[in-house]
Amino acid sequence: MAGLELLSDQGYRVDGRRAGELRKIQARMGVFAQADGSAYIEQGNTKALAVVYGPHEIRGSRARALPDRALVNCQYSSATFSTGERKRRPHGDRKSCEMGLQLRQTFEAAILTQLHPRSQIDIYVQADGGTYAACVNAATLAVLDAGIPMRDFVCACSAGFVDGTALADLSHVEEAAGGPQLALALLPASGQIALLEMDARLHEDHLERVLEAAAQAARDVHTLLDRVVRQHVREASILLGD
Amino acid sequence: MKETPLSNCERRFLLRAIEEKKRLDGRQTYDYRNIRISFGTDYGCCIVELGKTRVLGQVSCELVSPKLNRATEGILFFNLELSQMAAPAFEPGRQSDLLVKLNRLMERCLRNSKCIDTESLCVVAGEKVWQIRVDLHLLNHDGNIIDAASIAAIVALCHFRRPDVSVQGDEVTLYTPEERDPVPLSIHHMPICVSFAFFQQGDPNPTYLLVDPNEREERVMDGLLVIAMNKHREICTIQSSGGIMLLKDQVLRCSKIAGVKVAEITELILKALENDQKVRKEGGKFGFAESIANQRITAFKMEKAPIDTSDVEEKAEEIIAEAEPPSEVVSTPVLWTPGTAQIGEGVENSWGDLEDSEKEDDEGGGDQAIILDGIKMDTGVEVSDIGSQDAPIILSDSEEEEMIILEPDKNPKKIRTQTTSAKQEKAPSKKPVKRRKKKRAAN
Repeated sequence: MAGLELLSDQGYRVDGRRAGELRKIQARMGVFAQADGSAYIEQGNTKALAVVYGPHEIRGSRARALPDRALVNCQYSSATFSTGERKRRPHGDRKSCEMGLQLRQTFEAAILTQLHPRSQIDIYVQADGGTYAACVNAATLAVLDAGIPMRDFVCACSAGFVDGTALADLSHVEEAAGGPQLALALLPASGQIALLEMDARLHEDHLERVLEAAAQAARDVHTLLDRVVRQHVREASILLGD
Repeated sequence: MKETPLSNCERRFLLRAIEEKKRLDGRQTYDYRNIRISFGTDYGCCIVELGKTRVLGQVSCELVSPKLNRATEGILFFNLELSQMAAPAFEPGRQSDLLVKLNRLMERCLRNSKCIDTESLCVVAGEKVWQIRVDLHLLNHDGNIIDAASIAAIVALCHFRRPDVSVQGDEVTLYTPEERDPVPLSIHHMPICVSFAFFQQGDPNPTYLLVDPNEREERVMDGLLVIAMNKHREICTIQSSGGIMLLKDQVLRCSKIAGVKVAEITELILKALENDQKVRKEGGKFGFAESIANQRITAFKMEKAPIDTSDVEEKAEEIIAEAEPPSEVVSTPVLWTPGTAQIGEGVENSWGDLEDSEKEDDEGGGDQAIILDGIKMDTGVEVSDIGSQDAPIILSDSEEEEMIILEPDKNPKKIRTQTTSAKQEKAPSKKPVKRRKKKRAAN
């Protein structure tokens, strides 16, 4: 997109942030009463809703049951009003399938599946850029709300690269501009990468910087989510009358 | 058809081999298999063979009206299909996960990296653009579909020629190949995927990685990292899958390795394209029929490998002298009733070891065989053919075996045949045990 400066001379981005700043994140846990766990997260203009059911008995074909671990099932769908043009097919198209697969893979690695027969995670997203990151963060909170044991928080963030600087947490405008985008899901305590995905051309020499920026942003997200969880637990214990 | 599950033995074997940095086909950890590229008669058709994995790529084009929000750009469409002939597990409708993953990866690798100049595909802005369609078919699955498919796609795109178009005012003229030579697509760069298979051996972090996993290695791997790069060392796509935990420096190391591999493969592709170009220009024969090598047996002759046999006798004598002499076999048969006899005390049921125990202890196997005979012929079986010790024994499946009263110095060979015929009977194992116990009690 010509004419739109993603990074100004003073180091400000289109929405006024600095290169390493995250968008404003607001999150709430326990939004639904019916589900075992649920969470809602707003990351800038991106809103994501995650709902967790489980662990419960295998539904459908018993043959899919794994003898030693739980089966994690993820579904992603985006609301038809979420993108610039109204989407006619929210389910079943390739992009949704792929997103579901990636989420499943991320959480299969993080959840201690050996302890339970099966969990099911459904995620609903309205997007303004950074859909994968918002989904993962929402899903982490929902899984925590459901009380399913996990190795660690799974925090995700996107990162990009413009004019020699790595940008953290891309918004829709920055994504649409077509530069390189990296989505990273991290377990903050050990620094292990659960999922790594990158699009568009980035020279190999810059990879390290972008990875580092994304990792740092994910760790910042972790501090925020940690605070949200502690707040939620405090509220719940006050209600219980401790 | 469901995929045959991998046995635990095989899995352990493969993992142990990888721990010792060995691969089944003798490659090193960072080696690719042989890549063969062959072209068809039409422009835009190619087959890529990566080891035994074979992918067919075909590019075609069509004039269509452009997308509403991108009026000046052409349309690229990729489709990868897992043909049912590639593996018995591929069935229509059963492959969704893998198919989605591969297709999305191909799309991201080729479309988002803008390897093709879509603006050059525009004929009349807002009305007519070229739609380029790349169809990839997997013909044989021997691991690492992604790499082979990405090579096939980019080779097919480089090889393809679209019909020439000219616009004069409002008139658009589409020339057939006979009128004007078709025009190649404008390709900025060639992204090629490199796959790394990760193996976790107990540690939380994957400790072993292999480049270009074949089908067996893919089955035992814990995760896969795909890096698509071009020869200018620009990373086009990274995708980690399989639920492994990576560390940042592992990713960086893989990207360096990928850079080297991509450079080699790009060279190979360019050479193949050049060769094909040359052959076509010179008017030689081209196409698949020519590129498939004729596998003919031209000579039926075995080369004799010279072996030095001069000292074989000495060696054999040494071995015989050092070996223990075979134990003396003294047999004392006991005749119970007409038709039953026993030699020795009887040993453990060694149904599976009958062949081994023949060599060490003829009696063990023979014993069992005799007991079997005894059971089969409990009542009223006549004594027949006693004297036919040297006559050949007929092996038959009939339950009534020929009965033989044993003499002390019988022919050991007899027992062996009896043993083999006894083996033909199924499930006699329980009865001999009972019988033996009775005999012991009697003794």
